[in-house]
Amino acid sequence: MSLLVVDPGALSTVQDLGRLGWAHLGVPRAGALDRPAAALANRLVGNPTEAAVIETTMTGLRLTAERGHWFVVTGAPCPVRVDGVPAGHGQPTWAPAGSAVEVGAAETGVRSYVAVAGGIAVPPVLGSRSTDTLAGVGPPRLAAGDRLPVGTPLGPPQAHDTPRPATPGPLRVHPGPRADWFGPDALDRLCDADWSVAADSDRVGLRLRGEPLVRARGGELASEGMVLGSVQVPPDGQPVLFLADHPVTGGYPVVAVVPADDLHRCAQLRPGDLLRFRRAGLPA
Amino acid sequence: MQVIPVGPEAALVEVGEADAALGLALWARGRVPATEIVPAARTVLFDGLADPVALAGQLADWPGEAPTPEGEVVEVPVLYDGPDLATVAETWGLDGPDQVAGRHTEQEHLVAFCGFAPGFSYLTGHPALPEVPRRDTPRARVAPGSVALAGPFTGIYPSASPGGWQIVGRTEATLWDPTREPAALLPPGTRVRFVAA
Repeated sequence: MSLLVVDPGALSTVQDLGRLGWAHLGVPRAGALDRPAAALANRLVGNPTEAAVIETTMTGLRLTAERGHWFVVTGAPCPVRVDGVPAGHGQPTWAPAGSAVEVGAAETGVRSYVAVAGGIAVPPVLGSRSTDTLAGVGPPRLAAGDRLPVGTPLGPPQAHDTPRPATPGPLRVHPGPRADWFGPDALDRLCDADWSVAADSDRVGLRLRGEPLVRARGGELASEGMVLGSVQVPPDGQPVLFLADHPVTGGYPVVAVVPADDLHRCAQLRPGDLLRFRRAGLPA
Repeated sequence: MQVIPVGPEAALVEVGEADAALGLALWARGRVPATEIVPAARTVLFDGLADPVALAGQLADWPGEAPTPEGEVVEVPVLYDGPDLATVAETWGLDGPDQVAGRHTEQEHLVAFCGFAPGFSYLTGHPALPEVPRRDTPRARVAPGSVALAGPFTGIYPSASPGGWQIVGRTEATLWDPTREPAALLPPGTRVRFVAA
């Protein structure tokens, strides 16, 4: 038992690569929303990519290291302190036994990632340590007083460059399986509009506001399987872009699908941020 | 059978109805290299495909049949005392709510697919009976173990949740336990007999 949660902030969860292969039983995949940031954090402290990390949301968190650990914070830029002394974002840092580790509020973006050498070693559920916030599979969201076990470090911290993508362009989209429900120009309408990120966006999905996508046909869709990155359109025409904790089936038509490689950017979009789409395969 | 691409790594296969979807999903498991094979009401989703374009060819040998139920029958004891027995009795043209249990238990059911929540199974079994409408207003909280009907399906709520299905009874069976192997009591393809408790 090696990390004590003092204050979990707004929402902090344990995440790894997610829980694949169980969708047919109704189990969401979960996993870190900003996968490149989580993977970088693991590399920096010498962990394998599949090690579990802590994902914070806007407000950061505070921990006590009950034993000495190497740790690092990546993702949304934020102040990091050990016993009040500033440490670098993206820079492996030694937290001595008994020290207070403070991950501050995100300066930009939403989600920061805390990796500890050895990985967060809570017991896996169905092959993953990820918290699924939709259905409650995996460890519960972190609460004050929780003690998180840490695994055995595999090697020393690693030095890496930690660049972030400079100016993110529009998210790429492929036509969805039900694009025809919105008429032949559905993807054009999706790509021509500015979409605003709504405040009720979460790990389940990015809820978008804009000119409604009106259906070209009536009728109900029988529930069908949904993939990560699906842009599902409820009757009000305001799309929901499904992220890691999305339901495995859904009853609203999917107009478009964002490829998984683009989804990490959605992890860092704040309410009110503007978002645009462009057709995959066409120049930006 | 129609194969619809879903982004660069997945495809949705339309087969028309739930029994055929189950048949295709069971047939494809172990034959098609997919991360997820998800049957639903009229479709099967194949996700995590290296080459979605190759899927149609990989499915060409599927005989297109509904599955022949295999494996042991799981008995699910149900106390038929639900609040919506009268609605179901009326829909089915029965003389009274006390006749629902007899009709519901007389035929073997089959788990067609799961969804909505982990371990929530959609069971088919009464093709000849009229479909049961959902409640006009969903309940804010349905208790775990509630046995309920909607459309052609029977479902059992594994955990407390909102729900719009017509509740006919309750069971003490544990539908979902991720520490158990298997985690879901009733995965797709399971034969089920409801027994009046």
